[in-house]
Amino acid sequence: MAKTMAEKILESHRIDDSEPVEPGRVVRSRVDRVLINDANGPVAFRHFANMGGGKVINPDKVVLVCDHFAPAPSAAGARMLGDMRRFARDKGIGHFYDVGKGGIEHSLLPELGLVGPGDLIIGGDSHTGTAGAFNTFATGMSWSGIAAIMMLDETWFRVPESMRFTLKGKKAPHVTGKDVILQILHDMGVDGALYRSMEFGGPGLAELNMDERMAVCNMVVEAGAKVGIFDADEQTHAWAEAHTRHPWKAVEADAGAQYFSRHDIDLGHMKPMVAKPYSPENVVRVDEIRHVRVDQVYMGNCANGTMTDLRQIASILKGRKIAPHTRAMIVPATQLIYREAMAEGLIDIFVEAGAAVSTPTCGACFGGHNGALDDGEVAFATINRNFKGRAGHAGAQVYLGNSYVAAATAVAGEIIDPANL
Amino acid sequence: MIFQGNVQKLGDSVDTDTMVAGRYLSLINPADIAKHIFEEVDPGFVERVKPGDIIVAGRNFGCGSGREQAPFGLKALGIACIVAESFSRTFYRMAIDLGLPIIISREVAQAAQQGQSIQVDSVTGQVLVDGRAYQAEPLPTFIQEIIDMGGVTPWVKQELDRRRTTAAEHRV
Repeated sequence: MAKTMAEKILESHRIDDSEPVEPGRVVRSRVDRVLINDANGPVAFRHFANMGGGKVINPDKVVLVCDHFAPAPSAAGARMLGDMRRFARDKGIGHFYDVGKGGIEHSLLPELGLVGPGDLIIGGDSHTGTAGAFNTFATGMSWSGIAAIMMLDETWFRVPESMRFTLKGKKAPHVTGKDVILQILHDMGVDGALYRSMEFGGPGLAELNMDERMAVCNMVVEAGAKVGIFDADEQTHAWAEAHTRHPWKAVEADAGAQYFSRHDIDLGHMKPMVAKPYSPENVVRVDEIRHVRVDQVYMGNCANGTMTDLRQIASILKGRKIAPHTRAMIVPATQLIYREAMAEGLIDIFVEAGAAVSTPTCGACFGGHNGALDDGEVAFATINRNFKGRAGHAGAQVYLGNSYVAAATAVAGEIIDPANL
Repeated sequence: MIFQGNVQKLGDSVDTDTMVAGRYLSLINPADIAKHIFEEVDPGFVERVKPGDIIVAGRNFGCGSGREQAPFGLKALGIACIVAESFSRTFYRMAIDLGLPIIISREVAQAAQQGQSIQVDSVTGQVLVDGRAYQAEPLPTFIQEIIDMGGVTPWVKQELDRRRTTAAEHRV
């Protein structure tokens, strides 16, 4: 039977053929990678001990990254990081990335070459799906489920139905991968892809580089999807040849594969999009927003802290200043990105403009630290969620959008179309 | 297993950021988390919930961040079971794996009102709301098995026993 990309990856990873790989069926599978951070790790480690503990059956598959409470904002946060170090040491986990040695897990994983086309990747964080940019089946899972994989080297999946998105046209100015996913959220809402696989292809694929594809896949979970998977094109193959450290094999959907639905996205007719408080589906075109003054602009996180984003930000901030009543924070996603940005002179542009540049961390994105918001404050951010309380006090308002719009907003002190700066 | 309690009614797309704010993610003891559920958006919720109560919610329950504090906090607060029209998939899996039964029923989600008495049979999927019967959507057999066992931890232990037995048989 003809299969979608999600079905093919599940088929190549299942441990036996007792169940057919068809939507709605539950199949038992191996995984290639287990991604754990310091928010879910300490809980997963306790589940692991309750299950019997002992050795991790597949230590080479496990990747431990300190990014949420990094650097430690409090004694309680420091304890979470300590749990990570102890587990890495006691269980012989080689892929362990502490403060200053890695960055935000979803950006770090591909940078380290621990992702390859056709892989099946599981993480404790809901944005694990980011890796779908590289033609993988990647998804967040329960923390007890993560522990179970470290005990058994297998897990189970309900086979998702698939949706096909065909990208067409040439990107309009200041339109990015972020806008593609915000447009989709506008069209189908926060449960429009519930339990499903969102699969992206079409002639417009070449318009999105790997960083922008990551921005799309990062937020498929906001539409409820289990995974987002990009077709593997020339860029994907070139990327994998340069980065992936293990054998890989790209998957391609069969011509007759069955889809729940099909959607066309015309990049040429898009505008930069903004999600208003308090939901990522509350999306409008940036030019529909008027007179929204912002207290803070946050640029970074696992969706948009890449070199592509930092270059977009610099293209706007160069020679300009952050508005007097606005604070801007820029958070490169990894140490390597930080260094590249320095080498290109971007950090200097940011500091010169009056922006605070921080070490890689998830801090402010989840309202933990390093830029959390108070009651009544208004922020623009390139992050992925804006639910009440997401980035600090429940009375704070967060608008979501791309890096061009964020940088332009920081300069204007109010939400603005970069074309009008 | 049969659960009997009162309905705690919630709406559509209730997200985990509002259930448990990010600043509490360094709390990993369920009892500590239970005190902070819906802290800023519904400060009365924790007081209102009585042990054994059953949440009845709309679409996409538990959307947003995948944080186990949400299901284990609700469980520690005394929520016995959650019925919704649909669940976010991370929440769905987290609840099942933690042994917090979940039931998918559009009819119950639409009919049940705050405070009504409700009875849920997590094995058969039969739900009684103020005496009126509804049938939940059946779950895949494998998932129902994990729910019946009380979560993924007992399932892993059983699977490890099975593997040990198989290995021992091979040695003989």
